[in-house]
This record gives sequence, C-alpha cells and structure tokens, in this order.
Amino acid sequence: MSTMTSSTTSGTHSAASLPTLDAAETLRYSRHLLLDEVGIEGQRRIKNARVLLIGAGGLGSPTALYLAAAGVGTLGLVDFDVVDATNLHRQILHGTTDVGRSKIDSARDRIHSVNPHVHLEAFDTRFDSANALEILRDFDIVVDGTDNFATRYLTNDAAVLLGKPNAFGCIFRFEGQASVFGAPDGPCYRCLFRDPPPAGLVPNCAEAGVLGVLPGLVGTIQAIETLKLILGIGDSLVGRLLLIETLGMNFRSITVRRDPTCPSCGDPAFGGGSIRSLDDRADDYAEATCGVAKSTVESSAAAIRDITAVQLAERISRGDDFDLIDVREPAEWEIARIEGARLVPLATVRQASESWDRAREVVLFCKAGVRSMNAAHQLVESGFTRVTNVLGGITSWTNDVDPSLRRY
Amino acid sequence: MAITVTLPAVLARLADGNKELSADGVTVGEVIDALSVRYPPLAARIRDDAGKPYPFVVYYLNDEDIRLGNGFASSVIDGDEVTLVPAIAGG
Repeated sequence: MSTMTSSTTSGTHSAASLPTLDAAETLRYSRHLLLDEVGIEGQRRIKNARVLLIGAGGLGSPTALYLAAAGVGTLGLVDFDVVDATNLHRQILHGTTDVGRSKIDSARDRIHSVNPHVHLEAFDTRFDSANALEILRDFDIVVDGTDNFATRYLTNDAAVLLGKPNAFGCIFRFEGQASVFGAPDGPCYRCLFRDPPPAGLVPNCAEAGVLGVLPGLVGTIQAIETLKLILGIGDSLVGRLLLIETLGMNFRSITVRRDPTCPSCGDPAFGGGSIRSLDDRADDYAEATCGVAKSTVESSAAAIRDITAVQLAERISRGDDFDLIDVREPAEWEIARIEGARLVPLATVRQASESWDRAREVVLFCKAGVRSMNAAHQLVESGFTRVTNVLGGITSWTNDVDPSLRRY
Repeated sequence: MAITVTLPAVLARLADGNKELSADGVTVGEVIDALSVRYPPLAARIRDDAGKPYPFVVYYLNDEDIRLGNGFASSVIDGDEVTLVPAIAGG
C-alpha cells in the first residue's frame, strides 16, 4: 500500500507562488479552511490546480460538480456528446431542458452556477490519440470518467507518457472500481489489465444497464482522490483497486503492484515500457465498444453477412426463410421486440445453438449490433455457414422501420 | 479441496447469478476448470480457448494477484478464496 506524499502535484509550487483567496472565496471555502489538512494554503493549492476530466457523463457529473464546488481553479472537460434523455437518470450535470444540447455547453452553465470562480477549459471533441497529449499536457491530474475501453487505455497511456496521475473510476450495473494510476512509483491501468478485451466480449452500460446513483458514488471517490493528490494528504488509492459492490454494500480494496514488464509504465530493462508514443498501440484506442464495432465487422466480413434493418424488413416481408434470433436480455425484450424473433440472450447462444441446423440461415440482432456480432462469431466458430448480423440492431429497426417501438 | 470463488455481478450473471461459488482443485487453474465445465458461458469470459487467463481478467488468491505467484499453477488449500476481477469500462 502506497502513501502519497505531497510531492506529486502540490509540492511543485511554493506557498508564495500560489494564488490568493479574496474575501468572497474565503467565505465560500470556510468549511475547508477550518480543516487543518486543508487550511488557507491548501485551498490556495486547490485554486492553483488544473484538473482534466475526460467525459461529462455518469462519472464526470459528480466529479465536475464536486471539484468545481471545492474550488479547483481550472477544470478541463472533454466530451463530444449531446445530452440524451437516457443520460438523465445518472448524469446530474445535465437537466431535462438540456436534452439535445452539447454536454459541454450544458456542463459550462451548471459549473458556472455551482462556482463562478472556476475557470472551465472546454474541449468539445472526442479525446483521441491525435489530441490526447496536447490536451492533457497542461493539466496536473486527469480524472478518467469515460465509458469505453478504448478511451480508458488511451487516457492511461497518455497519462503515463506525460507523468500525470489518473484518478480512475469505472462502473457496471451495481458495481464499480476506483484507483489512482500513473502516480510516481505507482502502478498504471495496464499493470492491472494489460490489454483491452476484444470488441463485444464485455457488454457496456448501454447494453447492460447501470444503477443511476452508482456513478455518483464512484465519481465522488474519484473527486476525493483528486483533492487528496492536490493537497498531498491521506493515503491515496495508489497501489490499490477499490472494489465497490452496492447490492451487498461491500467495499474491498486489493493490492495492485507496479509491473516492471508493463508496456506502458514498465522498465525497458525488464522488457517493459514499449509504449513510447500513442502510435504504438493505436488498435487499443480504436472506438469499438459503443454502437457497431467497426474492427469486428471488418475482420469478420468474409464469414458474416451484414444487413441493415431496412433490408431485414424487406426480407421478412418477402417471406425469406431464416431464423431471426434476438440476443438481448429478457428485460430488453420486455421493452421492445421485433415480431417473429426468438429471444436467446448472448450468454446462452453457444449452448442453445448446439441443437440448431447449421446449414440454415440465422439472422442475429441485439440493441446496437455489438452483441449480435459476438454471437455471429460464436456461430461461425461452431460451424454455422449462413450467419447474418443486423447492423445497428433494434435501435436501427426503431429508427428506420418501426418508430412505434419503445426506445431505451 | 473446497475453494470459494467470488465473482462480480458482470460474471455472476454467467454462472446462474451466483456471486459466491465453491469448487474443487489443488491449483487455481483446476478450480477455474471446474467452474468452466459447470458454467460454459462463464468459461468464455474468464480464460482464453487455450485455458490461459485473459489480460483483462485478474485472479486474486486470497488477497494476492496470482501473476505474482505461479499463475493458474498456484496451489490452493481448503478454505482459500479466489476472487475474479474483470476490467469494466462503464462511466
């Protein structure tokens, strides 16, 4: 277990060079100033801090709101997305009237209302390997609040290359993980999970659901870790992965050690540290977890046929002979279904298909096309010769064929 | 040897919803083999086709990462606990 000393970010500025607090700020932060561990000097360190938040979504909402309220002088915020109605049950940075606005615009208004002393540097763009280093370079700490593996590996590698600590959090259904990666002598995300899973193997929140309050809990932990790094107080989560399980309400932390062979932060003397630039692992940063997995579609083009929802509708009305299989979960089936489809959730496809006719055409769909592509791979591997995947899944079907279906 | 295996929700769904399972074996690998036979959908998510651990699932024996020991060949004794920690990405 590591103890973060004040050297990480706070020690680089002598007290004399820190910005001062005016009367309004002194009043606003009075409950911080009363804490011996913060005090006036600590609050000035918070004001001097530059924190970059990747993502203004579930995790980015509480981190942005609390770090703004706490008086972080400069908050950077990167997000390319637009507020959607399905965001509102957890993304408390955005309100009902913000649906359709860019998340950056919505966040700017909200952060300004929480604390006008905060300077917001907004990046209304996708955080990618072309801009990651340029954006992150001017910040002290990065807070990983993204929703996909590609951006998480990118954030990790960029943070390690630039020597910036990463207050990490992630969520799934009722569970979360939090840590601080990339601190001096601490492990990074790749020390724990060397490589990302292939597209489609691990469902994302859009497919599997998430308890709305959960990112509030995990994001708040990220915000606390960020303040601890700024202030150089307490025992940070460097070297520990906090496992949060909210149904049983159990918290547990496990030790994560720095791996000298880690491709990101490892030591070349031990075969590590092979990632010298963001060009070295470009495949890991390819957007593949949301919507249609492009790389998967390309690599399987030979064995799996893709059709659009409109083409599926034409084939159904023509009376083509095939089995239409819905690989979503029962709860999704309850919300919306395509007439004539049979429900076989992804996890059960391999077993269920053992009794199917391998020469018969199977047309697969899910919500957005990723899980069905995964199922298609499994069927091809098991010897099915006529496997078809519906691009964009029932979401495209609802958009392009039957708008009467409920969206989710 | 009865070993307790703890699964997070994302994996428990593939094991009939069980978050805590008991399985026999004298190594971590044997315990995982036993579970993989019992729950085929789980098997595909916790190890590769060659039976090796994936780089995105970490196995803890009691509180120690098995990669610091002998990996799947790490011996287990009655009462040991194996915890699976998969990478998750939601945010």
